[in-house]
Amino acid sequence: MEAIYLSIPLVCLFAAIVAGLFGTHIGRRGAHTITILGVGIACLLSIYVFVDVRNGGIFNGAVYTWLVSDGVPFEIGFLIDQLSATMMVVVTFVSLMVHIYTIGYMHEDPGYQRFFSYISLFTFAMLMLVMSNNFLQLFFGWEAVGLVSYLLIGFWYERETAIFANMKAFLVNRVGDFGFLLGIAAVLFVFGTLDYAAVFSTAPGAADMTVMDPFGNEWHWMTIICLLLFVGAMGKSAQVPLHVWLPDSMEGPTPISALIHAATMVTAGIFMVARMSPLFELSETALSVVLVIGAITAFFMALIGLVQNDIKRVVAYSTLSQLGYMTVALGASAYSVAIFHLGTHAFFKALLFLGAGSVIIAMHHEQDMRKMGGLRKYMPITYLTALIGSLALAGIPPFAGFFSKDAIIEAVHHSNLPGAGLAYYAVLSGVVITAFYSFRLLFLVFHGKERMDEHTRAHLHESPRVVTVPLVLLAIPSIIAGWLFVEPMLFGEYFGSSIFVNPEHDTVSAIAESMDGHVSAWAMMSHAPHSLPFWLAVSGIALAYLFYMVAPGLPGLFASTFGFIYNMLVKKYGIDELYQAVFAKGSLLLGRAFWKIGDIAIIDGLFVNGSARLVGWCSSIARTVQTGFVYHYAFAMIVGLLSLMSWYLWS
Amino acid sequence: MIPLSNYLILGAILFAISVVGIFLNRKNLVVILMSIELLLLAANMNFVAFSHYLGDAAGQVFVFFILTVAAAESAIGLAILIIVFRNRMSINVEDLDELKG
Repeated sequence: MEAIYLSIPLVCLFAAIVAGLFGTHIGRRGAHTITILGVGIACLLSIYVFVDVRNGGIFNGAVYTWLVSDGVPFEIGFLIDQLSATMMVVVTFVSLMVHIYTIGYMHEDPGYQRFFSYISLFTFAMLMLVMSNNFLQLFFGWEAVGLVSYLLIGFWYERETAIFANMKAFLVNRVGDFGFLLGIAAVLFVFGTLDYAAVFSTAPGAADMTVMDPFGNEWHWMTIICLLLFVGAMGKSAQVPLHVWLPDSMEGPTPISALIHAATMVTAGIFMVARMSPLFELSETALSVVLVIGAITAFFMALIGLVQNDIKRVVAYSTLSQLGYMTVALGASAYSVAIFHLGTHAFFKALLFLGAGSVIIAMHHEQDMRKMGGLRKYMPITYLTALIGSLALAGIPPFAGFFSKDAIIEAVHHSNLPGAGLAYYAVLSGVVITAFYSFRLLFLVFHGKERMDEHTRAHLHESPRVVTVPLVLLAIPSIIAGWLFVEPMLFGEYFGSSIFVNPEHDTVSAIAESMDGHVSAWAMMSHAPHSLPFWLAVSGIALAYLFYMVAPGLPGLFASTFGFIYNMLVKKYGIDELYQAVFAKGSLLLGRAFWKIGDIAIIDGLFVNGSARLVGWCSSIARTVQTGFVYHYAFAMIVGLLSLMSWYLWS
Repeated sequence: MIPLSNYLILGAILFAISVVGIFLNRKNLVVILMSIELLLLAANMNFVAFSHYLGDAAGQVFVFFILTVAAAESAIGLAILIIVFRNRMSINVEDLDELKG
């Protein structure tokens, strides 16, 4: 089995290297063949491993020791359990779909081979991240996916905006990664090991360890570790206030937005927190912070999605909001629900992104929704799959999103941590907003008047097979993944021991109890018409229909009536401007100060040129002794001789 | 009998004259050569005086060596002087400051 585990990421790495270094030799066809083959093998093997894990084939061990430092081994190892096996299947499947889709989307791009190399490299890095059995390898994968994300956001490097966006993504992630690295350092400090199993088994004993800060406050080590690790998750999973990079990352090609910035990489933070559940369960403070941050993200980012006109940006803000939902679930100790939503979201959000990409291909890379409309009859497959994706996103039964989102809301409802009440209303009102913006997108793009110009309209047609097949293949799990997995994943023994929940805040069991033990997909669906979230979602869709189909003048009316709120949303609460003004300008000023004072004045001026000038000054004085007249030198010799002799005589 | 100290004082006076001749002279390179001769003669004077009072002829033998060396040295010195004059049309000591740093 070990060879299979090892070959899953390595086959992707191999394909990435071949496509990247020998891209010109193997050509376009060669590049996509080898990478798709690589990811396809990884996907099949992942499914095989998944089945094996379901039958009890859990593995935890190191395959290679990189080095041993002060008794702490730094290893490459795999922890294959229910959690990582689930992630592996989701990652490789979505990645495979995106690989196939890319053949169509990047068809005319000169960087074709480079693109395939990058996404294969990404798959490798993401697999290393989820399969890891220690913090070091987790960090390696964490940074590697960040690197590939940077490379791909700036894929079209001739564009000024793309360069700005990838720089921004990289820098904002650096803030998160700094916290994450500190968290790992704290783990090493407290537990003396980086191995998951060793840390988790000793964690309960370290729950009461405290440390004093310089102001005399007492902190639990667990709280410090969890908060620092969560800062990393905030960066990678784009939680407020480190969310600013994700909307800008839409500068990258659409397949990347689907794979990295919706389905997989941004969920790394969610996965990490779920993986660290034995630690987070020991700190209620940390859980509370997670809960509140998630709730803020879920609600406020969804609001921005209402006013965006760029088709990809609507989906991007929806991703932010959904990541917030997952974070809320983590905060409510419903880790299994978070992973469940992560999985369903990966499918339907990748579907929505790829659908948006299909529309963008047809519109000749026009992304403004105000210039679309009525695309339904030109692109029936894209329309149908986008409809499925939107229904899943809005949380309409029996689509996948319904089960996961409903479970999150219920879990928060049962949570009694500080901030849970606020979070409950945030996620509840998020439902109506989610339904509204997703159907606003659908109506604006596929229904109503055709607002594009004549030239574009004449060329409108359904996308090629390589684009529609992944859409269909992603639509299938978007429909069935929910009711297929809700029962075992949430209420069964699906996750086994890979997720630990303290019985005190076991909200998932509380949901099961509230349903009188009738926990099945059918029970959830039949319960839906009696529950608030369902009607909120329906009313959101109805509102969208009213605003964009029945009375298209209403949005403008609302925008002018509530001008202040509208402008605030369009400006994204001014957070970007604030960061630009405070952090970007501030660090530029700081850098300039260091440059002017530290570099130019002190190092260059004082140390380098200063010492040279001092030597020059001294020698300019000493030089006057050397007149060049022989008799002066002779005189000096005689004076020296005389003084030496007198010293000899009189001492 | 003339005491040793008188000879030594004469040698010291000759030495001092030659040193002053080297230093105070600003105009003529020939004067420096002459002063060096005088300096060597001052040394010879001491040699001869000590040789006589100690009854050791080695000192007087040394004087012959020194006279030979002095003759050779002034020959080379005059040759250099002529070359300097050819190149610069001057034997002014003030002009010869090539060694200046």
